Amino acid sequence: MEKVVDARGLSCPLPVLRVKAVLEEGPEEVHVRVDSAAAKENLSRLGQSMGYCVDIEGLTGGEWLIRLRRKDKDYVST
Amino acid sequence: MERRDWYVVGTGLVIGILAAVLVRFGNPANMGMCIACFVRDITGALGFHRAATVQYIRPEIPGLLLGAFVAALLGREFRSRGGSGSLVRFLLGFFMMVGALVFLGCPLRTLLRLGGGDLNAVLGLAGFIVGVLGGVEFLKRGFNLGRAQRSSIFGGLVMPLVGIVVLILAVYHPVFDPQGGGPVFTSVKGPGSLSAPLLISLGAGLLVGILAQRARLCLSGGVRDYILTRDTYLIKGYGAIFFGVLFANLLLGQFHLGFTNQPIAHTDAVWNFLGMVLVGLASVLAGGCPLRQLILSGEGDTDAGITVLGMVAGAAAAHNFLLASTPAGPTLNGKVMVLVGLLVTVFIGKLCREN
Repeated sequence: MEKVVDARGLSCPLPVLRVKAVLEEGPEEVHVRVDSAAAKENLSRLGQSMGYCVDIEGLTGGEWLIRLRRKDKDYVST
Repeated sequence: MERRDWYVVGTGLVIGILAAVLVRFGNPANMGMCIACFVRDITGALGFHRAATVQYIRPEIPGLLLGAFVAALLGREFRSRGGSGSLVRFLLGFFMMVGALVFLGCPLRTLLRLGGGDLNAVLGLAGFIVGVLGGVEFLKRGFNLGRAQRSSIFGGLVMPLVGIVVLILAVYHPVFDPQGGGPVFTSVKGPGSLSAPLLISLGAGLLVGILAQRARLCLSGGVRDYILTRDTYLIKGYGAIFFGVLFANLLLGQFHLGFTNQPIAHTDAVWNFLGMVLVGLASVLAGGCPLRQLILSGEGDTDAGITVLGMVAGAAAAHNFLLASTPAGPTLNGKVMVLVGLLVTVFIGKLCREN
């Protein structure tokens, strides 16, 4: 089961902080919902820098679903 | 560097070079573009403060707002939203402005002053970084002003409309009171009397508004993101502004290294530092520096709009209550208000958490 983070409506940089805290636990998959393009881009960079594949799906109403999948299944959180 | 990085670097370079060029065209020295100073000048031009030397409708500010508005519309990113700690954000905007006017410049002008050889700005930059670090500590401890909600389209249109009204006043200069000189006041001496031609200022504002919206440029965000996640994206824009303005100033003969006799600056190290600590701290808590607040308010973010209005109130108070520094140095009132501001922002940082 993937972890879900609702980052809609949060000011910069709270979406990044919330998702970073989740990714540090090393889950295989995290789904994040955002409603700002800046948060979408920041999370995309964060995911890549932490070893996750980033897949972005545009939803209706100016929202995005960001799927972060761990590249290396043997990833160990430091 | 990735392609996206070049975007923020390009935006930074354009801002730095444009700022130096705007000085060449008539804007005050080391003040080609300053969000705090220019919002303050507009505040005075509309008669909300009566400091006769700093009253002028700076077209750069409505230009920035409308540039961001257009860029957000074209990028399908315009969204009317708000309701996240609005009145707290007003206070943060207020104190951002007070801190900036004690130092004599916003984070953007700090870089422009540095790139013009004004070494007092080193203290300002150091203070700004310390303020951002303080803000980051509050973020780590769970600071949050709450979630913004989507709202009716009109809310998001208010600030762009204000930009248009301000622009109309700048162009037509109506006179309702022939004796008193209102509603638009324009300095005949001092920094408010120095300006680039209207169309050049407006064009520069529009261009920077578009670029800064696309690049998400934010000066407090640069240091903040590096500390929080080692993300260097925004800090690259920070460096690019500095090198852009430094290069252009050297080329145009506008670089003068030193502490003394710097334009629209004072040499009081302690208050240069503390003024910008306040700006850094308030910027991180508000989610962005004064420039970013202006850009966001063009994108439909009404919380950022409230922050900008807080800056307007801060500018009016800064001159009516003699809080703003002069080239002779900071005032006693200004020093007291910076300390009050630091206290209030620390309380905001400690007390505001999401339920």
